[in-house]
Amino acid sequence: MAVELIEKSGAQIAQEVRSSNVSATEVTDATLAHVEAVDGAFGAYLTVLGDLARAHAARVDERLRRGERPALAGVPIAVKDNMCLEGTRTTCGSKILEHWIAPYTATAVARMLEAGAIPIGKTNCDEFAMGSSCENSALGVTRNPYDPTRVPGGSSGGSAAAVAAYEAAIGLGSDTGGSIREPGAFCNLVGFKPTYGRVSRYGLVAFASSLDQIGPLSRTVEDAALAYDVMAGFDRMDATSVDRSVEPTAGALLEDLRGLRVGIVREFDTKVLGDDLDALYRQASRDLEELGAELVEVSLPTADYGVATYYLIAPAECSSNLARFDGVRYGLRVDGDDVRTMYDRTRAAGFGAEVKRRILIGTHALSSGYYDAYYVRAQKARTLIARDFDRAFARCDVIACPAASSPAFQFGAKSDPYSMYLMDYYTIPMALAGLPALSVPCGWSIPADGSVPMPVGLQLCTPLFGEKLLLGVAHAYERATRHALARKPSLEDVRA
Amino acid sequence: MPQDIIDIRYVAKLARLALSDEEIEVFGRQLGDLLGHVNALAELDIESVPATAQVVESRNVMRKDLLAPCLERERVLAQAPQRQGGFFRVPRILAE
Amino acid sequence: MNSTYEAVIGIECHVELKTVSKMFCGCANEFGGEPNTKICPICLGMPGALPVPNAKAIEHMVTTGLAFGAAIPGFSKFDRKNYFYPDMPKDYQISQFDMPLALGGSVKYWLEDGTLHECRLTRIHLEEDTGKSTHAGSGDGRIAGSSYSLVDFNRAGVPLMECVSEPELHSAAEAIAYLESLRRTLLALGVSDVKMEEGSLRCDANVSIRPAGASELGTKTEIKNMNSFRSVERAIDNEIARQIEVVTSGGRVVQETRGWDEVNGVTHSMRSKEEAHDYRYFPDPDLVPLEPSCSDIARLMAALPTLPWQRFEQYTAQHGLGPKQATQLIDNPSLGAYFDRVVATGGNPHQASNFVLGDLSRLANETGVAVGDSQISPQDLAELISLVETKRINSKIAKELLARMWEGAGAPRAIVEREGLAQTSDSATIERFVDEVMMSHEKAADEFKAGKSNIVGFLVGQVMKASRGKADPALVNELVRKKLSR
Ligand SMILES: [Mg+2]
Ligand SMILES: [Zn+2]
Repeated sequence: MAVELIEKSGAQIAQEVRSSNVSATEVTDATLAHVEAVDGAFGAYLTVLGDLARAHAARVDERLRRGERPALAGVPIAVKDNMCLEGTRTTCGSKILEHWIAPYTATAVARMLEAGAIPIGKTNCDEFAMGSSCENSALGVTRNPYDPTRVPGGSSGGSAAAVAAYEAAIGLGSDTGGSIREPGAFCNLVGFKPTYGRVSRYGLVAFASSLDQIGPLSRTVEDAALAYDVMAGFDRMDATSVDRSVEPTAGALLEDLRGLRVGIVREFDTKVLGDDLDALYRQASRDLEELGAELVEVSLPTADYGVATYYLIAPAECSSNLARFDGVRYGLRVDGDDVRTMYDRTRAAGFGAEVKRRILIGTHALSSGYYDAYYVRAQKARTLIARDFDRAFARCDVIACPAASSPAFQFGAKSDPYSMYLMDYYTIPMALAGLPALSVPCGWSIPADGSVPMPVGLQLCTPLFGEKLLLGVAHAYERATRHALARKPSLEDVRA
Repeated sequence: MPQDIIDIRYVAKLARLALSDEEIEVFGRQLGDLLGHVNALAELDIESVPATAQVVESRNVMRKDLLAPCLERERVLAQAPQRQGGFFRVPRILAE
Repeated sequence: MNSTYEAVIGIECHVELKTVSKMFCGCANEFGGEPNTKICPICLGMPGALPVPNAKAIEHMVTTGLAFGAAIPGFSKFDRKNYFYPDMPKDYQISQFDMPLALGGSVKYWLEDGTLHECRLTRIHLEEDTGKSTHAGSGDGRIAGSSYSLVDFNRAGVPLMECVSEPELHSAAEAIAYLESLRRTLLALGVSDVKMEEGSLRCDANVSIRPAGASELGTKTEIKNMNSFRSVERAIDNEIARQIEVVTSGGRVVQETRGWDEVNGVTHSMRSKEEAHDYRYFPDPDLVPLEPSCSDIARLMAALPTLPWQRFEQYTAQHGLGPKQATQLIDNPSLGAYFDRVVATGGNPHQASNFVLGDLSRLANETGVAVGDSQISPQDLAELISLVETKRINSKIAKELLARMWEGAGAPRAIVEREGLAQTSDSATIERFVDEVMMSHEKAADEFKAGKSNIVGFLVGQVMKASRGKADPALVNELVRKKLSR
């Protein structure tokens, strides 16, 4: 019985636990047993928190006995390892933090736990969330549950793989340029990045502070909504979290799209993505239309500059955010006979190539003589990109476009950094504008080489703070198309 | 827009990163390529455009001047790469 | 100083603001304590921790700006100043680059001769303090030659105000007067305890010289490591002399940072690598802009106390006190407040400051009771002063009275009535005393005629004694002479 149980959505599990058909402890034990059995194959987790998970489960069961009915009672969650959870290792997939134990808990994680969720473990990610495949992790390889020869996407690849392989019902990820939406698309999941400032960043190890945003990865839109409702809202510990009431979304999921205008982006010609993806995205437009939406063409002329803009702003911020990893207070130290040498060696040994590249380019973009030409210019381009969206949303309620430049690729396929950066071509503009956006399964790509079909994601985006509409639309689409279910593996498949 | 070159040695010094000659060569090439791509921003007419540092429009977000619990020293120093008594210890600091 | 050269000095001060908690976290903002006991994820720059500004510190900044007549821009922001240093937790300092909380304004200060002067401010901005490094293994605690350092982060994240002056001071004396006035003002505002010995006030000086009368500035050096006003004074004088020496012996002053060596009384070069100065300032994405509201500014403006330089003007120009007395009253807040109340209740300012700084301060020292807490209310003192002014009692009686009032004998007028201490100016009564005395000193008249004029003083003393001090000395003197010269 527990076996089918962990195949269920978070909403269903919470329902079962709240109505005492099953205890949080049973769900937790079942999940841990499953992780034990399969994670060797997928490498979703860097740290499995068996004891902590059971302790939380016991606490939830106790709360239920006292008559409480927490929203996420007993829901097993996977936490990306760039979020602090007091007393647990928080590595960010980096050697420099490999053994660091967080002395406090991130606000978003704390809110999930307070709502009854069970922390199964900390998941792998690209080092400091810099990457789109999880290949930049210094601490482990994570495989795509749909085809272990392929990447799970990134940077939140571990959380995506965990949820896709039933090692958790909901995964927490962080999205800076597409790090939730892209792995969501790669792993047949809903990957949701809320409006910047909606979910507190306190306790999320910073990559690019003006872009980072925490969000859920889940097997259903309803679960994404549940997690969002729990995590969203002002936090006095994060000065950039927005102090504005949150409208619950879980109860407001749409069944159809009548009266809504869906914007199709003129500049995003899906032909360039190949015939199969082109066909899938055209079908997606037709499906949205059939749900009652009116399709309108919108234009994002500056979106094409998104990647260039992003790769100045994000590295600039990261070059400063990662300065603190210096071997003085915590983390790795490689000794030298003076502080300067110790710094140089510690950071050289502690950071991987991609992190070094971004620190270097970011330092360059901020250095004297280049600041205006690079950093300031990028900030101005950011303004133009945001204005494009303002204009577009004057003509439509939601924008639909690809979630990634391709389905999950083979390990090592993107050895050239820039080709990897282009994976986020469609997700970066929304990140720069701070908009809420998500990827939802929209079909399957059948590789010509006859290898396993891989999931493809549709990206939906609404204006700032439009989460309620965004999730509503995604739900209607999911419900009507049921793409995710088409080739969803059963637990048995996952075990095999 | 500046040309596609980056003084890797200078930047690595600022960023406190010891780089091998090979890294200097490889990163230099890769970052040169990247600069080549980002230089496309020169095509945008941005003179009159205001810079966006943040998308949130909040202002004056502050906290009351109140005490909050501190961390227990032992817990913190237990994770220090090197400590001496109640202090963090670092190698000698050369006057720069 | 060599009069063919003029020194040009600018002062840069770092002042720790007085708040309960640190700038961006809830750790205690207090001096000292066991190392690393006032730290949290935020002030220790731990992964994932975020800063949230302390509203009180920002209020202190605006108050300070207003007190110095600075402009409070409608928009201000925090920036990151990036550089690596072991006692800087994040390896960047949250500071303010191009949009500080206060712009312009000036510090009004006075010199010993009582003249008021003014030195303009460039800007006042808010930042966070660093931790403290102790350099060990070298014996003398200096960084040079030390083999390792120990870091304490208790001070890391303490709100720090940086106040930069224009180069408008021309001597060590002016620099000290400027600093004194700055210190007094910040104390009066209650925004800092400005203790140089505890490092809550730290300053550097930019010094250059130029031919007297020249308009363009000479090459400046920046003097650091001055840990008392005295050392600031010595360091500046020393540096001015050094620069004149360099120039007169045909050399050129090099732009550099020089450290003050207290022990040997000289400055030495601390030249640093240029690369260390590429700070890569950029707006801190963890913090949102500050836009002080007009209503807040108005509220803080209304709450400003009378500023030290304003009191100095009032005391000297209005009350006619000397600069020394005025300064003493300003530097001793409780005496100053007491003095103000005495004057407010009608006491003559001159007499009041004499009594307050003289007899009362003496009594306070002897008894260990502060003047403010003594049994003598400002009204009592004002009353005593008027008794003296109206010649109801003479100054000798006044002193005695004061001593008894200190013990709680009550209001002066009452005592005078009760004990009939009022001065006697009735010549009949006084003549009777004089006659008695003359009678018991027959020879006095002859001695006087013989030229022993000092006998007068003796006789006057006798008469005063006979009158128990109440007789009007002037009248006594007059009568005695009259009788003698008969
Ligand atoms: Mg400073
Ligand atoms: Zn703190």
